[in-house]
Amino acid sequence: MIRRALLILSALALPMGQASGQLTVQILRGMAESVPIAIVPLAWDAPGEMPWDVSATIHSDLERSGRFRPLARTQMLELPGTASEVDTADWRMLKVDYVLVGRLSPMPDGRYEVRYELVSVANGQRLLGTAMLADRNALRLASHRVADAIYEKILGVRGAFATRIAYVAADGPTTKRSYRLIVTDADGANERVVFASPQPIMSPTWSPDGRSLAYVSFHSGLAAIYVQTLTTGEQVRVSAKSGINGAPSFSPDGKQLALTLSRRDGNVDVYVLTLATQELRRLTEDEAIDTEPAWAPDGRSIYFTSDRAGGPQVYSVGLGAGDRARRITFDGSYNASPRVSPDGRQLAVVTLDRGAYRIAAVDANGGGMRVLSGGQLDESPSIAPNGADIIYTTRDRGRDALAIVSSDGRIQQRISASAGEVREPAWSPYLN
Amino acid sequence: MRSLPVLLMILCTLMLAGCPKKPTTVPESSGSTTGESATGSGQGEGQVGSGSDIAGGSASATGGPAGVANIIYFDFDRSDIRPEYASLINSHAKHLAAAAGAKIRVEGHTDERGSREYNIALAERRGQAVRRALMLQGAGDAQLTTVSYGEERPAVAGSDESAYEKNRRVELVYGR
Repeated sequence: MIRRALLILSALALPMGQASGQLTVQILRGMAESVPIAIVPLAWDAPGEMPWDVSATIHSDLERSGRFRPLARTQMLELPGTASEVDTADWRMLKVDYVLVGRLSPMPDGRYEVRYELVSVANGQRLLGTAMLADRNALRLASHRVADAIYEKILGVRGAFATRIAYVAADGPTTKRSYRLIVTDADGANERVVFASPQPIMSPTWSPDGRSLAYVSFHSGLAAIYVQTLTTGEQVRVSAKSGINGAPSFSPDGKQLALTLSRRDGNVDVYVLTLATQELRRLTEDEAIDTEPAWAPDGRSIYFTSDRAGGPQVYSVGLGAGDRARRITFDGSYNASPRVSPDGRQLAVVTLDRGAYRIAAVDANGGGMRVLSGGQLDESPSIAPNGADIIYTTRDRGRDALAIVSSDGRIQQRISASAGEVREPAWSPYLN
Repeated sequence: MRSLPVLLMILCTLMLAGCPKKPTTVPESSGSTTGESATGSGQGEGQVGSGSDIAGGSASATGGPAGVANIIYFDFDRSDIRPEYASLINSHAKHLAAAAGAKIRVEGHTDERGSREYNIALAERRGQAVRRALMLQGAGDAQLTTVSYGEERPAVAGSDESAYEKNRRVELVYGR
């Protein structure tokens, strides 16, 4: 019996026009022990063409993750539509560990039902059995959600296929750039321009509910921080002090924004802004540079970059009155841009590794640093909401480009941009 | 070859005027801001040449003092003003002091290496060092606006030292 989980999906409408897809995500190196799986094309018995090839999207999601090895359709001996039709002996012969089967059906109200079951070939057990309803234009999102569920069932961690990436694109010659803030689905589809300016746009970051982005824009001629609601396009200026207004980071409850200000005296410190009241609290007070705040998931402390010991290193400070900053990183001469994993136990940082700027993971207490990326000028790490992958900026043939590395460094994905420079990726939270 | 007389002129000015005070926010120092280094000027890491032979020419076209360059270059990860820029800064400060209505933007920049927001902070510190030097020599606080662009607006493209040294800079932009 299929457990009916009726998820009503509708595509998020963003205000500005859809740009042509700029990013293509490819797997460069997957896991040697990736999971063999068969994503059987969903049954479709209504007249006409299937409105969306759900199975193909699931197949490419899982393949691109580097953790799965989906069987090519041409190698399938049969195309069962339900778990009870799966002949495990046949699939065992094809060396497949799991089989996904299902059916896509039009509903009287114009929506579609996606019904699917995941079967373990080892014992014939049905691991998943779910149905969801989706608008026609949300079938792609529904496919990502099925891939998320398969990923979670087999690997124990929810997938992050139904998430988005925000990034900054810079086009034109070096001295005459134009800038766009873009949001795309995690697979590079559904690209939308959120904001465009002839002046620099920097440091996009997601609100915890996934509905807004905070970012730095120079379009007024000076740096200011804006919060923009994606569905309405409404842009609110939240910080425009003298000097730097930079490095915004939402608190886990979304009510506060940590940010970097230099004020009139030029002393670069971290502050916490309460958005509803505009109340501003200074969190660090040091002659040195303090910047790049990142909240711990419990909301009780903030990691940041400081050069108070000479070069940039990562520090942490509690939000209680009188809490003192504590140095976290000690390995190497340059550690910056801390980002905290969803469980709070790991940081992603930019580290100077034998003359090259690379992405590294380090324990939240500073121990166990592991260099994950292999570029020369890697920067701007952002961790997926499931903690499994880190997206970052790298260099590809002299241009800023994006790449993904798994948190254990074993899986690498390359994201090719069709034109221009792309950088400062920010991975969205889970979007429900 | 026109840089030789210019260099001599700068050295003479330095002997008369001394070096700008070290900005207070620079936390560490390897001693490169002391007056002694002026005698050996020109060969340090990141050297781009004297302040007057930069591309983009003098500030006079945009409202600054005639014949004086408007870009100050910096060493890697440093925000202390090299001694050879003393006369450049002095000229701009005098110009601003004499023209109370004149305003400039002090625009700080870095090369592209490392964290973008850290570079924003580093470029701000460069801008503040120049701002303070201008104010010490007579410019008014209200005449100066500092803007930090970090690595966002490079002067030249490229990922080598010759590009980097042209991008680590503070530009003085008149009229805004």
